Amino acid sequence: MPVFRDEAVVLRTHKLGEADRIVTLLTRNHGQVRAVAKGVRKTTSRLGARVEPFSYVDVMFATSKSLHIISQVESINSFGSQISDNYPKWTAGQAMLETAQRLTIEEHEPALQQFLLLIGGLKSLVTDDHDPGLILDAFILRSLSVAGYAPSFANCARCGTDGPHRAFSPSAGGMVCSSCRPPGAAAPRANTVELMSALLTGDWEVADQANKPERTESRSLTAAYLSWHLDRQLRSLRLVERT
Amino acid sequence: MYEGVIGSLIERLGKLPGIGPKSAQRIAFWILEAEKQDIDDLANSIVEAKQKIRFCNVCFNVSEEDLCRICRDPRRDLKIICAVEESKDVIAIERTREFKGRYHVLGGAISPIDGVGPDDLRIKELLKRLADGVVVEVIVATDPNLEGEATATYLTRLLLPMGVSVSRLASGLPVGGDLEYADEVTLGRAFEGRRRIQ
Ligand SMILES: [Zn+2]
Repeated sequence: MPVFRDEAVVLRTHKLGEADRIVTLLTRNHGQVRAVAKGVRKTTSRLGARVEPFSYVDVMFATSKSLHIISQVESINSFGSQISDNYPKWTAGQAMLETAQRLTIEEHEPALQQFLLLIGGLKSLVTDDHDPGLILDAFILRSLSVAGYAPSFANCARCGTDGPHRAFSPSAGGMVCSSCRPPGAAAPRANTVELMSALLTGDWEVADQANKPERTESRSLTAAYLSWHLDRQLRSLRLVERT
Repeated sequence: MYEGVIGSLIERLGKLPGIGPKSAQRIAFWILEAEKQDIDDLANSIVEAKQKIRFCNVCFNVSEEDLCRICRDPRRDLKIICAVEESKDVIAIERTREFKGRYHVLGGAISPIDGVGPDDLRIKELLKRLADGVVVEVIVATDPNLEGEATATYLTRLLLPMGVSVSRLASGLPVGGDLEYADEVTLGRAFEGRRRIQ
């Protein structure tokens, strides 16, 4: 059986049969890959702890016509065990994994940027750099940019007129001027737009200073923007606990 | 592809957990060749189990009556509750004969990515059982995987302010194994949960 080796983050797992799991991973060079991990639900399995969600691993796949098989795994970093004792972090992390999974649906389609973004996001979550909710929103906005859906926070997303503008519309692609503004567009406060723009560009000095109302508004606009592009809401998003 | 009665039997068997199309076909042909009495007994057991078995009113373990065998047993310690994900886990812990308290079957673990949140589990029912102050300890025996850990984290945060002591099953090395074969996460947990030898 031909094999290939890659670095990967485990996005999610499904039970298969008596003791196996189907593992969905985001790899560095092969995009999203699904593979069977055999016997991992037995308490004697050495593989089990290494193929849990959030695990950053060096993995060897044996390829086959149907599903690949995970033949070897070495741990690079087990982010999961560092956040499972903190509920807000863990739920934010789950939404990051689901975002990465939904935005890299093509199997074996390389998604290096998305992979690096996920590693960076998880590291940030583990090291307590910033509020988990802000880390999540920054990750969502940047993931969407990598996927080709970068929101515009300065110029009008439709006609390109210089900002600042007052209205935000997920379907239009971000902030829109008063003549392009579609019915039902949101009218966020200026500070919220500044926060979202800072999250997208990684300006944490600005983002960390944001007050609760801006964080709350930014969270719901980010969620609206994401679900517009995914065509539906993330399942984990409503379960993320914000502090 | 099989049609008619045998086809639908194979299709139904294939929906059982852990049974793929090949196994379903094998079981279907085993059924055809088995004694009629054996198959009638099997069919009756399935129907009877489905009719008679429901969930215990107190702990949500499977039961034939309003209260399960364990909740009815006056020798069980009312002061300790062991919270588990599934009824299967009750059976596994009962086999150890280590635990003398009662159980609480949560009905799974929190898994946001699957859309399963705290409200989808029997957590409110657990809190209700603690309201009268009889229970002094809750042992959280969710699975030793991430969902299980995070569920334990969530429960602990709710339970501690209620004045009960909360413990988590130790994670450690499988008995009968060699240390060098342990994975780093399990070995790390075993270090965290080490006990002092008196
Ligand atoms: Zn009971």
